[in-house]
Amino acid sequence: MTRGRPFLVLALLLLAGAAAALFTGPARIAPAAVLRALAGEADEATVAIVRGLRLPRLVAAALVGASLSVSGAVFQALLRNPLAEPYLLGVSSGAALGAVLAILAGLGGTGVVALPLAALAGGLGAIAIVFAVSRVADRLDTHVLILSGVVVSAFFGATITLLLTFAPERALRSAFFWTLGSLAGISWDGIALLAAWSIPGCAAAWSLGRALDALALGEETAASVGTEVERVKRVAFLLASLLAAATVSVAGVIGFVGLVVPHAVRLLWGGAHRTLIPLAFLGGAAALVLADTAARAAGGPVEIPIGVVTAFLGVPFFLLLLRRRSAP
Amino acid sequence: MSFELTSVTVRYSRSARPALTDISHRFAPGTHTAILGPNGAGKSTLLRVLLGTVRPESGRVTAGGQPVTAVPRRRFAREVAFVSDREEISFPIGVREYVALGRYPHVGPLAPLRARDEGVVEASLETFDLARLASRRVADLSAGERQRARLARALAQEPGHLLLDEPTAHLDPGHQVETLERIAELTAKTNLTIVHVTHDVNLASRFADRFVLLAGGRLRAAGPAGDVLRRDRLEEAFGCAFHVTNLDGLGRVAVPTGRRPRGGVA
Repeated sequence: MTRGRPFLVLALLLLAGAAAALFTGPARIAPAAVLRALAGEADEATVAIVRGLRLPRLVAAALVGASLSVSGAVFQALLRNPLAEPYLLGVSSGAALGAVLAILAGLGGTGVVALPLAALAGGLGAIAIVFAVSRVADRLDTHVLILSGVVVSAFFGATITLLLTFAPERALRSAFFWTLGSLAGISWDGIALLAAWSIPGCAAAWSLGRALDALALGEETAASVGTEVERVKRVAFLLASLLAAATVSVAGVIGFVGLVVPHAVRLLWGGAHRTLIPLAFLGGAAALVLADTAARAAGGPVEIPIGVVTAFLGVPFFLLLLRRRSAP
Repeated sequence: MSFELTSVTVRYSRSARPALTDISHRFAPGTHTAILGPNGAGKSTLLRVLLGTVRPESGRVTAGGQPVTAVPRRRFAREVAFVSDREEISFPIGVREYVALGRYPHVGPLAPLRARDEGVVEASLETFDLARLASRRVADLSAGERQRARLARALAQEPGHLLLDEPTAHLDPGHQVETLERIAELTAKTNLTIVHVTHDVNLASRFADRFVLLAGGRLRAAGPAGDVLRRDRLEEAFGCAFHVTNLDGLGRVAVPTGRRPRGGVA
């Protein structure tokens, strides 16, 4: 039947995005030269641009997009809320606080390790607080989860505002760009770290499969068809949060991918998580690769923050989809 | 396998009055037991104690001699199916996929359904007249169709026990009878044990063969219709007057006739 078609569509989209990411850029390089450079057979400058800049950026965009999208899909199932997204429960504001502290401490410039580690620590801190608050008598209460996530987010947000009120101009600007997300300057080391977590993380999310389907019927019915509800909720929360934290620590806060892509996949092809999670993975990768390419191309010499592009592309597409689907 | 409760007391919070107090009862295999009682009597709590989703403060709840909370959920779900009155559907799901969730305890979270599982799903859809609705979305079904879909999902688990919480609550009389007749047919065919929470005394009387009467969290009577569906017992439990009579071929019929039990205290 048409079972494989969504995969084909998204794979082609990812392929098109990858081609655009590799073949376009401020440096004009002929397609044939790009292919030669990928094989390492061009002059040093071309190889440096293609293999040192465009390729890692493409891979990073794909990994970050895929992780955010899978994270969003899992959060939506866990919280039984189609508006849930990876940053809802405070991961991003925790990470932002960590990053801002690192920037203020003067660690922003060294870039390579300090900033991502500080962001990761902030994200993990937020996860730990929200998890601890929402766990009552060995149960994870998803209503408390949403509320405590939102409240913790607001508190971290206020802390960031306070810190930035007294921050020097330079720190302000770098914090601003960080909160809009960027895939510029990601190293292969950063990509390896992200991949080492996000690929097994997404696979683990996939393995929850039918348990997430069952959870959509409410915890009681889910338990009655054989789901270990509390275990599944704990695993789902930790997996989705850690996926989000990992992406934020390397690429900053990139909105909309984790909300729009899994939701669009649900609307277009239905909800069974055994297929939804892999589709969200492919779709998220394709979406962010395309958005990043657009961010690099649209602004000329100035690169538009990728969070702006994901919002500009994601929102109209999403509204269109909503209208089409709700029409009789 | 059979369910047995021994001196079960349930309290939802430390300060609250117990939802169930000192309940002991054994549900015999192959019987259809109706749990009757007024609102707040503890009927739904009793069902959830059997399911292991509500833990008693004291007492023992066993299924086949094993404490229900000690049985891994998937193994438990191969033996016991449950139709809740509080089910929600958060995301669009097709009727066939919904019924196929009943195969979860047999196939696990990730493996595809085997031919046999597909067969059980189709048979279950067939039994509840859902075959032609199989590709519709559950959210688009009528209340009666949706109730049939829930039962089809539960029966796709191929359970030995079926626990029902108010399965006829939002149905008109025709659909009420239809639902319970289908369950009765299944019981006759498969020796299913049924525990059925309801406050409809007459439907219970028509379809069940054992009765448990609860009020205020206590067991007021248990046994066959003659021991439980008596005027004095019903009036005491429900706090209103009843006219109880035997109708040919229908068994006992209890009609509420007034706010105050006759001879009761004001």
